[in-house]
Amino acid sequence: MKMVSRLATVAMLSAVLIGCSSTPEQATEVVEPAETQVQRDPNEGVEILDDCQPPCAFPKSALNDPQSPLAQRLVFFAYDSSDIAPEYEEVITNHARFLQSHPDVSVRLEGHTDERGSREYNLALGEQRAQAVQRLMVLQGAPAQSINVVSFGEEMPLDSASTEAAWQQNRRVEIVYDQN
Amino acid sequence: MIIKRLGWLISLLFIVSSAHAVLRVEVTGGSSQATPIAIVPFKVNGPAVPAQPAAVISNDLARSGQFKPLPEQDMLTKPVMGQNINFDNWRLMKVDHMVVGDVSTDASGDYVFNFQLMDVNKGQQVYAQRLRAPANQYRMVVHHISDLIYEQITGEKGAFATRVAYVVNAPAGNGQRLYRLEVSDSDGENPRTIYKSSQPIMSPDWSPDGLRLAYVSFKNRKPEVWVHSVYAGERYAIAGFNGINGAPVWSPDGTHLALTLSRGGNPDVYIMNVKTRKLTQITRHWGIDTEPTFTPSGNALVFTSSASGNPQLYEQPLSRYQPAGKAQRLTFEGKYNTSPVISPDGRSIAFVQGGQGRYQIALFDRKTRTIQTLTDGRLDESPSFAPNGSMILYATKEQRNGVLAAVSVDGRTKQKLSSVDNSSVQEPVWGPYIN
Repeated sequence: MKMVSRLATVAMLSAVLIGCSSTPEQATEVVEPAETQVQRDPNEGVEILDDCQPPCAFPKSALNDPQSPLAQRLVFFAYDSSDIAPEYEEVITNHARFLQSHPDVSVRLEGHTDERGSREYNLALGEQRAQAVQRLMVLQGAPAQSINVVSFGEEMPLDSASTEAAWQQNRRVEIVYDQN
Repeated sequence: MIIKRLGWLISLLFIVSSAHAVLRVEVTGGSSQATPIAIVPFKVNGPAVPAQPAAVISNDLARSGQFKPLPEQDMLTKPVMGQNINFDNWRLMKVDHMVVGDVSTDASGDYVFNFQLMDVNKGQQVYAQRLRAPANQYRMVVHHISDLIYEQITGEKGAFATRVAYVVNAPAGNGQRLYRLEVSDSDGENPRTIYKSSQPIMSPDWSPDGLRLAYVSFKNRKPEVWVHSVYAGERYAIAGFNGINGAPVWSPDGTHLALTLSRGGNPDVYIMNVKTRKLTQITRHWGIDTEPTFTPSGNALVFTSSASGNPQLYEQPLSRYQPAGKAQRLTFEGKYNTSPVISPDGRSIAFVQGGQGRYQIALFDRKTRTIQTLTDGRLDESPSFAPNGSMILYATKEQRNGVLAAVSVDGRTKQKLSSVDNSSVQEPVWGPYIN
């Protein structure tokens, strides 16, 4: 099952990268070949951990572990864009797999932008960014009902300076766990 | 326990007393055709008054960019009545007009103003008026005198006796911030906090009667549209659907609000009947549609849409708050045109023009479809017209803080209203005329 999601992830990512507008229907089609491959070795790479029965990507305690890949909770974006850069796909995948393993945990995706341009347009852009992360998480098996999306536009910058470096920090989606 | 409580009280007092941003106004530029005028200090009869009327009036007229008031130290005499003026002296100072007057306090505590506007070259009175102000309306009545002078000389209605609303965003310790929605006189004086929150406040818009503000509050950790009675203090959420509830603007008759909702999955423009809360969806595009603004007739909405791949301005005709025909694209120059607001006469649209890493306020002529850039900042945003259309108030940034600025519609005069403490001032919106 872990492999299913991992392979599905790879398939999905390519679908997302190529299509940029994958729909859930397309997703189901792509999953099929991945599933058959996985059945050859269903237990590969599966670890059994404290509160977590297989298939399980991460135990719940991983949320509080600064060494866990789940500690990475920021996804950054290019100017005026809500496309997810390849280097953040793994971050999103990890959280999707965690959510899949723990349907009782919910997450809030907070979309943010830099300060440039109009505040209301940025509010909309922040939502598009959070929705892009949400789509990818759901494609990778996170239960849709576990994810809430909210935009703060440019209202809550991480760095209030008006420099390229600050703007880069501010164009982001924050992955925020409610029960943590 | 008592000591602890006292300590708490003292820190609370400190917060309250430091909570008020006082805006400092600075005028730059100015038209070479500005009318030279002398506002002679008013004679104060009886007890001291809250402010010298001549100082307030001179500041008002200077901010408009259309007048160049004579500094008080250059006045050789300070006449109080028209018949005592030696006009030759004032002609030497090259002033075209002058104002003389007095202010006194009557038995009921009201202030009574007398003033005369004189034509210096003709040596004649142009206008005279006697006005009464209850104590709490002192400054507003002085601004009204500025309006009367402005109108007599320019032929256009003045907009000094008006209010502006804006958001102050201040550090509140522990990395937290405090957001305040404030209303002040048009010169930044008399600031009053209407609402404060630890969460952001955005996009205030005045109802046409000047009694209510609609705005976006993140109080519930998501953007919702609230309506707030400025003087009664009551407030209620009018739109709290899933997703974005944003960009509220009142219709010219105050019966409807146009707003942005993303409850359908992406941001679209809607119109809500304020009384029945009935919604009409205006745009149905897959991308971002937002920032609606009504034309003065209420027969169209201008809004921002990403339909072309980047944000541009569009116009949607309306009939009784329903879409009537197709939306038409207005801007084709550049890749970033947002935040439209329509001038009170309906002829032009002020908006934010982005390009080459700069965001500036520009003016779109609805008839000729030409664009004139008015400001030269790097991060100018949130334009708002004075009710007489003469100035555009907007927000910009200096170092880490937001400041307010205003520019005359000819682009010649600029003024800056910066906060004197470490807070950011943003999202200005100029209120309607006060009756």
